[in-house]
Amino acid sequence: MKARYWVCLFIIGCLAPFLIYPVFVMQLLCFALFACSFNLLLGYTGLLSFGHAAFFGSAAYLAGYLMTVAGLTPELAILAGTVCAGLLGYLFGTLAIKRQGIYFAMITLALAQIVYFIALKADFTGGEDGLQDIPRGKLFGLINLETTYRIGHKSLELNLYFFIFILFCLAFWLIHRTIHSPFGQVLKGIRENEQRAVSLGYRVERFKLLAFVISASLTGTAGAMKALVLQLASLTDVSWHTSGEVILMTLLGGLGTVLGPSVGAITVVTLQEKLSAAGSWVTVIIGAIFVVCVLAFRRGFVGELGRLLKKSL
Amino acid sequence: MKRLLAKASMTLAALALAATGVSAAGISDNVVKIGVLTDMSGVYSQIGGKGTVVAVKMAVADFGGKVLGKKIEVISADHQNKPDIASNKAREWFDTGKVDMVTGLLNSACALAVQRLGAEKHRITMNTGAGSTDLTNKDCSPYGIHYVYDTYALANVAGSEIVRRGGKTWFFITADYAFGQSLEDNTAKFVKKLGGRVLGSVRHPLSTADFSSYLMQAQASGAQIIGLANAGSDFTNAVKQAKEFGITPRQTMAGMLVFDTDVKSLGLPTAQGMLYASGFYWDRDNATRAWSKRFYKLHHAMPTMDQAGAYSATMNYLKAVKAAGTDNPDAVMAKLRSMPLNDFFAVHGRLRADGRMVHDMYLMQVKKPSESKGEWDIARIIKTVPGDQAFMPLSESSCYLVKKR
Amino acid sequence: MEISMMAILSQLMLGLNNGVFYALLSLGLAVIFGLLNIVNFAHGALYMLGAFAALLGYSELGPLLGKPDFHINYWAALILVPLLVGAVGILIEKTMLKRLYRFDHLYGLLLTFGISLILQGVFTNYFNVAGTPYDAKPPILEGVANLGFMMFPRYRLWAIAISLVVCFATWYVIERTKLGSYLRAGTENPELVKAFGINVPLMITLTYGYGVALAAFAGVVAAPIYSVSPVMGSEIIITVFAVVVIGGMGSIMGAIVTGLLLGMVEGVTKVVYPPASNTVIFFIMVIVLLIKPAGLFGREQQ
Repeated sequence: MKARYWVCLFIIGCLAPFLIYPVFVMQLLCFALFACSFNLLLGYTGLLSFGHAAFFGSAAYLAGYLMTVAGLTPELAILAGTVCAGLLGYLFGTLAIKRQGIYFAMITLALAQIVYFIALKADFTGGEDGLQDIPRGKLFGLINLETTYRIGHKSLELNLYFFIFILFCLAFWLIHRTIHSPFGQVLKGIRENEQRAVSLGYRVERFKLLAFVISASLTGTAGAMKALVLQLASLTDVSWHTSGEVILMTLLGGLGTVLGPSVGAITVVTLQEKLSAAGSWVTVIIGAIFVVCVLAFRRGFVGELGRLLKKSL
Repeated sequence: MKRLLAKASMTLAALALAATGVSAAGISDNVVKIGVLTDMSGVYSQIGGKGTVVAVKMAVADFGGKVLGKKIEVISADHQNKPDIASNKAREWFDTGKVDMVTGLLNSACALAVQRLGAEKHRITMNTGAGSTDLTNKDCSPYGIHYVYDTYALANVAGSEIVRRGGKTWFFITADYAFGQSLEDNTAKFVKKLGGRVLGSVRHPLSTADFSSYLMQAQASGAQIIGLANAGSDFTNAVKQAKEFGITPRQTMAGMLVFDTDVKSLGLPTAQGMLYASGFYWDRDNATRAWSKRFYKLHHAMPTMDQAGAYSATMNYLKAVKAAGTDNPDAVMAKLRSMPLNDFFAVHGRLRADGRMVHDMYLMQVKKPSESKGEWDIARIIKTVPGDQAFMPLSESSCYLVKKR
Repeated sequence: MEISMMAILSQLMLGLNNGVFYALLSLGLAVIFGLLNIVNFAHGALYMLGAFAALLGYSELGPLLGKPDFHINYWAALILVPLLVGAVGILIEKTMLKRLYRFDHLYGLLLTFGISLILQGVFTNYFNVAGTPYDAKPPILEGVANLGFMMFPRYRLWAIAISLVVCFATWYVIERTKLGSYLRAGTENPELVKAFGINVPLMITLTYGYGVALAAFAGVVAAPIYSVSPVMGSEIIITVFAVVVIGGMGSIMGAIVTGLLLGMVEGVTKVVYPPASNTVIFFIMVIVLLIKPAGLFGREQQ
């Protein structure tokens, strides 16, 4: 994509909090990052993890806990969440990476379920109550993220917004770089034909493991950001429904496209938000989208659009 | 400590704001909006759910639909017993939805989340559904009102009576979240104080279908009383399954929080003789009967204490707005604290500094099938406990708002 | 609380009770996986659908037809519901799954995940997630049996017995009859079986239908024990997945035996170390995968 499109998107990102409810935009950013990190694994490496909520949730819990109890500054808490998710990813990866396809999906699912039950039973997670009222604290000990600015009738949490937005941009850039690096090329090679990659002398399992760890870490970043934005870490974050949702976001937006996961995440989160009055019909609609997506357009929104425009988006 | 300071300074700021009269009189956003946030589809939906919305709408209609010339609106949402959904919904209501007061909040985890948020955003929460005493102790808020009952009062009124009648050894089956733990802790304190013993306890997740393995543990303990520190369909499932496994009547099942709808769904043959505490019973006097029959016409079930409480809370909130001449939360809270709260629901009611609304509580006993004269004639009041004796004394409260005064 | 033999025995019994449901469900999954290579995520939802079909047949169908006294009783439901839900399964296979065989098997998993969301969402709209009691328990199965170490409801004994019968009958058909040998051959080499003039697509459709019918059957048997709830499937399905992985994907006997065993292991854990009772199955899964990656009864498959 050309540079001016990126600049456009950046400007939209900067203006968004003035036009739309900022907390909602931040939520979109968190889930978009979640989906992007997931895409790195499913879209570019061809590994379907059904347990990514474990990374998202555990980072949210850890970041929330450190900010509440240890009084850590937000950037350190997010870093801690990222590292924690990365380590967990390494653990999951070493257990699961040798297995293929469906086996890999089931193993990640079951491992994530262990994390879920630990979150349910452990003391520091608050069980079904979750961690509530997480303080947002001061960035680098200097910038108060709780500060609100009154603009017109609205009071906007701009410090927090721009922190989250910049963090998102950095992480997004990192993913983008990874995809287009030689490493990313090897991953795509593995996705297309694993046997061939092996015969070319690549140590496929190592590459896959590294991709898994990167994906898990950035998922952790997203989770920790979410804990900061909503001031809450709860069992929903680690439940398998969340793992399923991120698959949907990625699939809907377009597997293996740069913008797809973000588009998918925005679509799904907005649907959930706008239709929340319709009760569990939301679940039905999301399920139906899933089915249609799998049956009719497996390339997703962005993938289909890219095919029409004959461009890689 | 830091948080305590932060909270204290927040209150000071709020007080200063009220004192200097910065808050303009009148109604913000030209509307008084009341949000009902409760469990509409889950384990507690019979207790609160749509019935709570019906009750709140009744109150608004009875008040005339307008206060100080401005429209009163009611919106509602289902928190699905998930604190994250509750918190997100409430945040959106407060930030963009112009909601002035939130009521219902059945489920302590959700209630705590929303009350904390209300404290931060300076919005009133009138909790009619949740029970945890944390709401008026370590997590109390200058804008949080605990209106109907709490786990201390339940334990005090019903739990201690069961011990006095000879139930000396207890085993708890407890819902594993804020409310269950609070209920178990409070009941255990009374049991021990009165010379009883707690032999053990087991925790189950909210909304459990199969209690058999927990019941086996309770049975193995040999306790006389199996205390159920849970509510709604968790409570009714446990009682039914205890019967199925032949645990009752050898051991006695004691519900620590029982709503009239639970008794109804268990049926009198199963529930007869059971003691429970309640903040409201529809058949208490003429006023309760009259209101409840109106409610019945709209909802096709008699009101629970949560639903009746939601009506009373809404009504008194609107009265306070009218009396204060504004919907400014500090002014309304000040009014609510100073005015007597007396209606068909709240008898001798008053709002304390910690947010606890103190009113008469009742010790109830489920009737025998032969004594019941109608579908909803399910229990009798065997004792009325004045609010001062039923609820935790203010001197014992760990709420920071109390210590300052 | 000291651990008594009685407590362990009674939890074992309850564990066996849960175990038969694990076995029935994982058996269905294994049958489907064996031939279709698809992990049927909708299995939990179809189990739930089975329970609801029984519930609705008992309490809603009569009024709907204008005959309030008309009920589909428990025994009839035990036969009719699996047939009905099995037909739904066949419909799903014919209209949707079939189109995906050309693609990665993961799409089958994703499609059935979507289907399970739809089913769960629809029922959540109309029914309380905390469950609706199914009151059609036959009088003959009411009451309690004294097992010596515990009082055990008669219905649960029946549930254990009938489920075991169905499980082992299925095993017998697949492993010991001619029909089953076609099925197994189809799993090994579909092209070859086709060459022998056997209608493989039909076999696939019917297999999926049968697997789904097993789930529905489990739903009917479970209905009187647990309240019928829209989330009953999604609560059990993940555990059942773990059971299938431990037993070895596609292994019929593996699914049955591990289902029963793990139910009992869970039961014992509830006495020995309660906090681990929810996770023990997943920990076992990790250990099994480390030692025997193909599962206890599985063959390594590439």
